This record gives sequence, structure tokens and C-alpha cells, in this order.
Amino acid sequence: MMKQQDVILKVENVSKQYRLGVVGTGTISHDFNRLLAKVTGKEDPYLKIGESNDRSTKGTSEYVWALKDINFEVKRGEILGIIGKNGAGKSTLLKILSKVTGPTTGCIKYNGRIASLLEVGTGFHPEMTGRENIFLNGAILGMTKKEISRKLDEIIEFSGCERYVDTPVKRYSSGMKVRLAFAVAAFLEPDILVVDEVLAVGDAEFQKKAIGKMQDISSQAGRTVLFVSHDMGAIQNLCTKCILLESGKVVLEDNTNKVISFYLKNKITKNNNYEFFKGNLFLKSFKIFNKNKNIVDLVLFDSPLVFKVVIGSKKEILNDFIFEIKIKSDKENILSTFSTYLNKYKFHSNGGFSRELTCEIDSVSLIPGKYYIDLIIVKYMEDGKLSSLSDVANFNVIESNNFIFSNKIKPVYHGNFIMKYNWK
Amino acid sequence: MEKEKWLFNISPKNNTFNLNLKEVWQYRDLLMLFVKRDVITLYKQTILGPLWYLIQPLFTSVIFTLVFNNVAGIKTGGIPPFLFNLAGITTWNYFKECLVATSDTFKKNEQIFGKVYFPRIIMPMSIVVSSLLKFAIQLFILICFYLYYVFYTNSGIRPSEFLFLFPVLIVFMGMLGLGLGMIISSMVTKYRDLTFLVSFGIQLLMYISLVVIPLSLFQKKGVEWLVMYNPMGYIIEMARFLLLNEGNISKFGIAYTVIFSVLCLLFGTVIFNKTEKTFIDTI
Repeated sequence: MMKQQDVILKVENVSKQYRLGVVGTGTISHDFNRLLAKVTGKEDPYLKIGESNDRSTKGTSEYVWALKDINFEVKRGEILGIIGKNGAGKSTLLKILSKVTGPTTGCIKYNGRIASLLEVGTGFHPEMTGRENIFLNGAILGMTKKEISRKLDEIIEFSGCERYVDTPVKRYSSGMKVRLAFAVAAFLEPDILVVDEVLAVGDAEFQKKAIGKMQDISSQAGRTVLFVSHDMGAIQNLCTKCILLESGKVVLEDNTNKVISFYLKNKITKNNNYEFFKGNLFLKSFKIFNKNKNIVDLVLFDSPLVFKVVIGSKKEILNDFIFEIKIKSDKENILSTFSTYLNKYKFHSNGGFSRELTCEIDSVSLIPGKYYIDLIIVKYMEDGKLSSLSDVANFNVIESNNFIFSNKIKPVYHGNFIMKYNWK
Repeated sequence: MEKEKWLFNISPKNNTFNLNLKEVWQYRDLLMLFVKRDVITLYKQTILGPLWYLIQPLFTSVIFTLVFNNVAGIKTGGIPPFLFNLAGITTWNYFKECLVATSDTFKKNEQIFGKVYFPRIIMPMSIVVSSLLKFAIQLFILICFYLYYVFYTNSGIRPSEFLFLFPVLIVFMGMLGLGLGMIISSMVTKYRDLTFLVSFGIQLLMYISLVVIPLSLFQKKGVEWLVMYNPMGYIIEMARFLLLNEGNISKFGIAYTVIFSVLCLLFGTVIFNKTEKTFIDTI
């Protein structure tokens, strides 16, 4: 049977045009022109104009294409990741897929029910109890009352809010609200599930649970998932195929690893205007490689990792610097430092205007999670004058097969590091 | 090749007269849950709770009776002026509630509509249904006064033998309010200033809808045309006829009201369905 391979959703030449600036003045005249064109059988005069959607350059037209000629297909049971920078058109695409707004041109054909999860807890009413909100939210997402009643116990159990289920939602913590809302969504049974970055909320344990649930949905029930996220870790974990959007166009459609590394390569090389010491020194690039020398932002636990930094200067680079890479677990806590001073590395100048530094780590012992990187340069000879850059990059450590990590692993109980050890 | 067979299609244009009634039916549970939400949360936000729904028509009736009947000397036939006004205002309030609450459907629910799809018409429909609760509260107070006048005064009022048709009248009133509300809400997404027109227009409309001034007075002054084409005028007059057995009902009035309400609802649904596709971009 072709069951596993058939195409369940097909997007054909979908474009979406938006009007920029103050909507209001001139709309009646534009409407009138459109109507005139329609009556006389001509093409809409405003569909011809419009520019591609690049946020940073100021365009001349007041119409832009948020999406332009999008084409792709999704097979049954596939999890498709959609990635791209802010403003690339990801959310617009999801909105069209979930019928919140219509496309300007093109069409989407599909077999089955689409349910969308652009936000968790849509329509939650603070005055109503958890149970009442489960029904309301479920119905908004397209379930019937009967379906919800049947799954009510499972939903409540999955949310872990059993004690509070008859309390008004306004008394819930924000985390509990998210749990309850996601639990409702998790028991939807659509053929195609469209998910926006709803996982960005909630703690790590919950995110893991949510991702696991999505995997189950696709692998066991054979349902199709379309998933948008900035979290490359989640994308890598979940998706079999990815598309990369840029300025409203599909730039690349391939397997997840290829698309992610293409995306990261482009992203990192564009961020080259970081400055130290008011611009006397600047960061030309900061890249993270795995053992296969691929640029990544995902690292397996217990595997090698390489940081490559290129520092540029307006004048010749001198020798008297201490260079440090700091790893933080969140925006505050420093977990570890890789310093040229600590292991007595001599910061050699090669006489040029830029200097490349590589720091090789044999094995990453950080527990799975997201980490941020700060860079610090200390001028050794000038009384330790210091200049630092925060959050130049971030990376995710994900679990490897050598170690058992369940979602029970938490920094509070186990610390941030698991060192290499053997039992005898 | 079976491959090109698709069950669903999202495209820029849709058939104007495809009302998607099947889809609305599928979401009927949502309709009832929205109604339930409105009912549950109705009292929770005010100190006096449902009392507000009693105070408003009572005070309005008292003031209207003082101003229009006592000061201006408007005659209300054999009906006590207070009861005449209260019946008019109670009926009018349901229409007003339907119209005003549905007319900002898109604006008020932007948050929900921007995140998830369901047939948008569910929302105004639920408003019309849940407004029935407020109507019932106000009807209750009307009945209390009604019984008082029947048993403790010798005004000789009694309901018409057609009183059982009162629910039908409410249905048409709901249809009219829903239809007009949907037309306005669709236009508000583009032209915001219409909201001012609604709150102001509905007040003016009340005066030519026979709520306080009886039809006989319009006829006597020769300005019948002011109320002739207003379906709400006929509805209020009919309500008063059914409840108090007072007023004149014409066949033309009934036919006009029925046709107007049905057309209004149809037109409202079409324009509403047309707007729901792209309103999120313009609001």
C-alpha cells in the first residue's frame, strides 16, 4: 500500500501580500480601483506591485510580499520543520495553513482535518475553572463535547493539574496554565497538526514532555506535523524534513541536518559587527564545530567540541591579551571558562590585522540543555583593562546514547556537569 | 491517478453564497460552550451582579414615564404609561444588546480569531443566544409589574390570545439584530469610525421604533413615514400587542418585518463570511 507515502498536504504557489504603513487613508480609493478592475475583468492593479519582504531595507512600494510563490508537499506521518529568521514569513505561512487568514494568490490542498496550535490556551477565560476551560479550549480547537468528555481524564492527568481542576484559571501560575492548555492540544486528533513556537514557554521538563508527545502523535498515530521553531534543538530532535524560509521564499528544502547547518552558517557569518574596546578590536566570527567539522549549534553530550574565534583589529594585534570564553547556563550563571591565561597559552600575534583562535574541548560534560557564550578580552599590560561581549552565540547540548538522560535530570539535583567516570 | 483528489482546499476566493452551514453545525458544541461561558462569567465581574439588568430598564421606564407621559403628555391608550414603556424598553433592549454586542465581533475577538480557526459566525450567534439570558431577567421584572397591574389595579389589561407567538417575535428580533450586527462588524474592520455611529445611531433609532411614542401619535401628526420602513417599529408594536393587547398590527407590517429580517440575516452572513478570511490583516 502507498499509505505511508501519500501526500497529505500540498502548497501551490502561495503568496501573501500585506500593505505597509498607516492603513486607513486611501483604502476607499484602493478598494474602488480594485472593484473597477474586477468589474471590467482586469487583473487586480495592486497585485502587480510589491517588493520582497526585507525588514532592514526601506522599500518604495507600500505593498510587500510576506510570502512569494511558496511550493512544498508534506507526506502522511512526516514532521516538517519550518525555520528562518524573524520576519521570514514563517508565522504568515502558519496563519494561512490554519485558515486564520487567506492567501493572496495560490492554494493549499489537503486531505484531512487541520488543527493549529499557534498559541496555547486560546480562549481561556480566567473566571472559569480548569475543567470548564478544557471544554471551551477543546471546542475552539475543533473537538466536540463528546470527544472531550471521553478524553477528559487523560487530559487532566497529562496536565498534572489534578488538584486545581475545579479552581478558576486566574488562580493558576503561568506554568500551570500552559500545562493545562498543552494537555488539551495534545489530545486533539487531527490529521495535520500545525504548531508554532508554543514550546518556548514552560520549563525544560515540560518542553521535553511536549516534544515527546508530538513524536508520539506522528510515529504512532501516523499524523502529520508542521512545526515552526527557533530552537534548533527541538527541530533536530523532532523533524525529518525541513524548509528554510528567507524573505518570504523557500530557500532550501531538504533533510533536517542539511537545512539547519546551511541556516546556521549563514546566520553566523552575518553577525560580524561585535566590538571590543570601542571598536579597536572586533569579533569577526564565532563558530562552533562538532567532531565532523560541521558548524552546529547542537552538541552531543560526551562528544568533542571546537570553538573558533576570529578577532579583527584596526591596527596590528599585539601579544598582551588574555582571551576568555565563558559558558553560561542562562543569562546570569557562569558555569565554566576557557581562558588563555589559566592554561598559560601564549596569545601569539601573527603580525596581521586579524587573529584566529581555536579552542578544542575533548568531551562536553555539560548536561543536556541550552547554553550561552560570553567573550572577554583583558589587556594584560594596561592594568587588566577588560572588555566583554555577552551572548555572542548559544548552543544546545543534547543527550547521547552513551548516557541515560531522562527528563528527571535537572541542575538542581544533579549539577550542571556530569564528569567522565567508570565504576569498578 | 487518484492522487489529485483533494478533500479540502484553501484558496484566495470562495463562493459568495457558500454559507458553510455544515461546518457551523459541526461546531455547534462550541456555540453552546461560548453561551455557557457568557452565562457563567456574567455575574462574576460586577458587584450588583444581575441586579444591573433590572435597574437599567426600571430607571429608564421611570424617567421616560415622567418626561414623555407626565411632562410632554403623550397618551398611551388604555395602558398605564409605565407598563407601556417598560414593555417597549424590555423588548428593545434585547435587540439593542444583540446589535451592539455583535457589531464589534471582529474587533473584540481579534486575539482568538488571530490564533485559531473556527467558523467565525459562531461568535455572534453565541452572543444572540446568551443575550436571551439578560432578556429573560428583564422579562421577569416586566411580568412582575404586569401581574401587579392585572391584580391590584383595575386598568383592565390582559394579554392577547396570540401571546404564544411571542417567542417567534423574539426569533425575528434576534435575526434582525444578528444580521445588522454582522454587517456592521464586517465594515468596522475597515472603517473604524462606524463604532461611534452604532452607539449614537441606536439611540436615535429607539425614538422612531415606537418604544416611547406610540404609533397613533405618529399617525396623528402625519409623520407616519418616519416609522413605516423601520422593522423594529413593527416588532415593538407587535410585542406590545401580544403582551398588552394594545396597538394596531397590519399584514404589511408583519410581511415587511419577516422579509426584512430574513434578507438582513442572509446579507449579513454573506458579508461576514467574506470578511472573516482576511480581516485579521486589516484590523
